Amino acid sequence: MPNHKIDPNNWIKLYSDYLFNYTITRVSDGVIAQDLVSETFLAGLKSMANFKGEASERTWLISILKRKIIDYYRKINSNKGKAEVRMSYNSDTDAEGDWLEERVADPFDKTAEDKLENSELGDAIHDCLGKLPEKQAQVFKMKTILGYDTETICNELGITASNLWVIIHRARTALADCMQKNWF
Amino acid sequence: MSNLKLSCQEANHVCDKNQYKEASFWEKVKLNIHLIYCKACRKYSMRNGKLSKVIQSSKVEVLDTTAKDKMKTAFEKELAKHQ
Repeated sequence: MPNHKIDPNNWIKLYSDYLFNYTITRVSDGVIAQDLVSETFLAGLKSMANFKGEASERTWLISILKRKIIDYYRKINSNKGKAEVRMSYNSDTDAEGDWLEERVADPFDKTAEDKLENSELGDAIHDCLGKLPEKQAQVFKMKTILGYDTETICNELGITASNLWVIIHRARTALADCMQKNWF
Repeated sequence: MSNLKLSCQEANHVCDKNQYKEASFWEKVKLNIHLIYCKACRKYSMRNGKLSKVIQSSKVEVLDTTAKDKMKTAFEKELAKHQ
């Protein structure tokens, strides 16, 4: 029984940031992440007929994206030459000379748990952002996450500064409410 | 003396600006004076600060607007072929 409907018209609006965040925590390169996300949307479009409605659209798109990420890693690993010699002690030419120190585990490095918690937190933030009205979410993302100037945002969206602060205020109040349950 | 006092609405506005380090020194002084006697704004300030901290620590990322637009036009082109 199909519970979920599929509607590609809203995909970019609803899921692109979520998918991008998911990808960037796994490939850590902005440009590649962008490519993988847009490939995912295109692949989703092609195989729309396979969507059975058992999972939500987002889950379904994530499952495609996961395959894309695996394929990406497979591809860079099978590039000729890289498969054999994997002995570069460090890629930084500046740090040439000190090998051993570089290879000792960094005690201040992020542990796996921290990373896991961070990606869960990221998911929670995206869920809450998804519940905001579109304009609020857009302004909040530009201001807070992308760190654009007030002026730049105002010019791009054609709003006044006081307008912007009202929107920011509403978005922050709603987000704090949404995040309060689990994360504060 | 009266210009040392902020209304709650003004206080919240300064608090919002302060999350982006855009509040001036005097605004911050006035905000702190307001917070001494206003419980509701103290609560708002605390939650607002927590929200900023949580978002910063999550290192959450979003697509920047030009990249998103580019993705959108490319996708819409494909979408048109499908419909």
